[in-house]
Amino acid sequence: MTFVDIPVEIRTKVSISVDGEAVDVFEGDTILDACTKAGKITPVVCYGPTVTPVNACRVCVVELEGSRTLVPSCSRPVEEGMVVKTDTERVGHSRKMVLEFLATSSDVTQSNDIMGWLGDYGADLDRYDPETTERMTDEVKIEDDLYIRAYDRCVLCYKCVEACGEDAQWTFAIAMSGRGFNNRISTEFDVALPDSACVYCGNCVAVCPTNALQFKTEFDLRKMGDWRPEDQTVTRTVCSYCGVGCNLDLHVQDNQIVKVDSPMDHSITSGNLCVKGRFGYQYVQNRPTK
Amino acid sequence: MPEIAVTAATPTEAERSAVADSVVLQDPGQISFDAAGPALTFDGDRIARGGQERIFNRRHLLLPVLHDVRDAIGWLSEGAMNEIATTLQVPPAEVYGVASFYELFTFEAPTAPDALHVCDDTACRIQGANELKGELAAGGHNVHGSPCLGLCEQAPAVFVQRTGEAHVSVRSATKDSVLAALDGAMTTPVAPVPQAGEDLTLLRRVHNAAAVDYDGYVATGGYEALAKAVSMSPAEVVTHVGNAGLTGRGGAAFPTGFKWSAVAAEPGPRHLVVNADESEPGTFKDRVLMEHDPYSLIEAMTIGGYAMGAEQGWIYIRGEYPEATRSLQSAIAEARSMGMLGDDVGGHNFRFDIELRLGAGAYICGEETALLNSIEGYRGEPRNKPPFPTTNGLFGQPTAINNVETMVNVNQIMLLGGEGYAAIGTEKSTGTKLFCLSGHVARPGVYEVDYGATLRDVIALAGGPVGSLTSILMGGAAGSFIGTDMLDVPLTIEDSREHGFSLGSGVVMLLNDTVDYHDFVARIAQFFREESCGQCVPCRVGTVRQGESLLRIREKGAPIEQERRMLDDFALVMKDASICGLGHTASGAILSAIDLGLIGGRS
Repeated sequence: MTFVDIPVEIRTKVSISVDGEAVDVFEGDTILDACTKAGKITPVVCYGPTVTPVNACRVCVVELEGSRTLVPSCSRPVEEGMVVKTDTERVGHSRKMVLEFLATSSDVTQSNDIMGWLGDYGADLDRYDPETTERMTDEVKIEDDLYIRAYDRCVLCYKCVEACGEDAQWTFAIAMSGRGFNNRISTEFDVALPDSACVYCGNCVAVCPTNALQFKTEFDLRKMGDWRPEDQTVTRTVCSYCGVGCNLDLHVQDNQIVKVDSPMDHSITSGNLCVKGRFGYQYVQNRPTK
Repeated sequence: MPEIAVTAATPTEAERSAVADSVVLQDPGQISFDAAGPALTFDGDRIARGGQERIFNRRHLLLPVLHDVRDAIGWLSEGAMNEIATTLQVPPAEVYGVASFYELFTFEAPTAPDALHVCDDTACRIQGANELKGELAAGGHNVHGSPCLGLCEQAPAVFVQRTGEAHVSVRSATKDSVLAALDGAMTTPVAPVPQAGEDLTLLRRVHNAAAVDYDGYVATGGYEALAKAVSMSPAEVVTHVGNAGLTGRGGAAFPTGFKWSAVAAEPGPRHLVVNADESEPGTFKDRVLMEHDPYSLIEAMTIGGYAMGAEQGWIYIRGEYPEATRSLQSAIAEARSMGMLGDDVGGHNFRFDIELRLGAGAYICGEETALLNSIEGYRGEPRNKPPFPTTNGLFGQPTAINNVETMVNVNQIMLLGGEGYAAIGTEKSTGTKLFCLSGHVARPGVYEVDYGATLRDVIALAGGPVGSLTSILMGGAAGSFIGTDMLDVPLTIEDSREHGFSLGSGVVMLLNDTVDYHDFVARIAQFFREESCGQCVPCRVGTVRQGESLLRIREKGAPIEQERRMLDDFALVMKDASICGLGHTASGAILSAIDLGLIGGRS
């Protein structure tokens, strides 16, 4: 008989102060974890539970005693005795400005989160003269029947790059290219997706916060004005292709599957699927036509 | 280890051999090429030691190989980049992502093999750069506007990026001298140091043409500082640097001794990186040191390597410094052949060598962590700190990063001892400082003074202003404008801070009443917009929005009060929430110009 030595992870408790309240978290946790534990609602764009934070959006910043600048809560590990403030004017200002910057640069209207925070933080978009305010005006890339890329909605959060690369798929079909405001998520030499290294797992689509990447089915329905999330049902099932046991959430509208994803907290998938699980659902609705 | 899948585009024979030559040159002895194609063959030894991992680790060759292919072919085609991707085992999307980050690489066959990068930044702008650019463009040349080329004392300047030939910088450029450079005329740099003959330390060799050779360097006291250093223990050397009170001369003024002792305390291997990516508009002091006294940098680095137990030194020099690059290349090679770099430096029983890496047109790579990413073959995007480079630097290993001028001061510290050095200057700002005088000044150039000299003193050294002085740009684009009421402020870290400005990298740019400040400040805004890496939202968008605000003030007559409120909002979020110093300082000059009434005044 073989005994497997299962190491017991001993995590040191760390106590920090969030808006004057003592919060106990563990070593290795982030300030964001502590804020969440303290009941604070922290806006996040480039942070996701399944991807390494690139801390590029800076909307989650908090005040940390002893730090000259604000710090990104999503990626700053806690240290014993940290004094963090989230409800100060400085924090509010930076969050509001980041949200204004995002909303004046890209089309964020399909992100319910961002649209909500714009209101919460008192963003004033009207003060930006539309004539002199540059936006991302990329045309939507429709290159196949599976998903589209609408980079005028992109906020350059790097999550798709992370998901395509080391955080999930290890395909590295997309990367950040260009510099500054001309940064774009791009395939090699900006070739069309079918010509690129893309394997169509769609794990980039799953993590996109603004719907810049979306199922072609959703894109078509939205175009026809017929995208009705309120009328959709979500059915959880197990993918029938192989034996791994990935959970699928089938989004169904008018008895048609319109989108497939997997729960981010699922122990097997962490929200990731392969091309078959995510896009190979047509056989399910292979019904005889009337 | 990802599987590398490339597009159908194939390289030409010339591109294929350019990649092969480059990789063999950069990484000699590691690989051999199968003549039939790009497949790599490894000798048994390498495979036994984990050849696959070694290929993966060659990612740091990406930037040098991109340079070599661009220089051989003139541009980077899809086929060439596919070849680079398969050879270095870097995903092609990332090869493209990295290459497209840099200004000096282009992805379409150029109209002419040689590119002319005409500096139209601050100092050149007020010396006729735009007119020169127009003339050259009218002649059908491959002309690009360029940010500051670090030749402000010999404005206007042009960087000639040649194909198959050595690059060259043209100083005090005219149409004719640029055309001559295209025909192969080289530039012999002349040290812009009018202070010659005086009691200089950092600049003492810049007029001695013999000092660029090993013998000439030794004959002028070279390597005495190293001899002094190795007579002490490494820890004692670090203590002297700490006691000297030396602070970083690149702009941040961080105490060098702290940095060195932190790195020395970390487990090895350790790195010493010299930041020679001198790109702050108006700054050219490091270029002068490297062009005319390259050994002083090599000697100081060797001392640093000894003191911190760092066996590998790196110099990251900007790609637009061809003369300084050649000067360092030849000095490094000669130092190696003289046994002053290598496995046993000067018989002193320690190992130290230097690798020179070239930037490719990106101001942000002067930010220390962006610089590290650039060396490693990634986009020059700054890293979030902490962790700091002293613990997690180059390749994740402990790294000290110092500016060229900072480094060269170490020789002086060895010769004088820490306390002796600290006696120069003021109590808080020790040593001598190089200032880069340019703009409307009688004798533009690099000046060395003890910390504590006033702005008036330094300007007087340079022969005084030309015309009626209206403001001085201190610290470059990342600094601020100050008025003529500040002339008597001593140029020390503490006094400048007290008066609300920063010495930064030592830029003193004089501007007289002929300057169109709206245009000048707009160029600074354009600089930050183009040089922001775009990683974080506050800086990527903030640098664009502040430029738009200036445009509204200038061209649409927008009410200054309203725009000022927005500019303040932009400035605060960039200062508070940007990842790095570029965003933190991107609005300083613009706001100071409004405060001084240089722009936006309701006349």
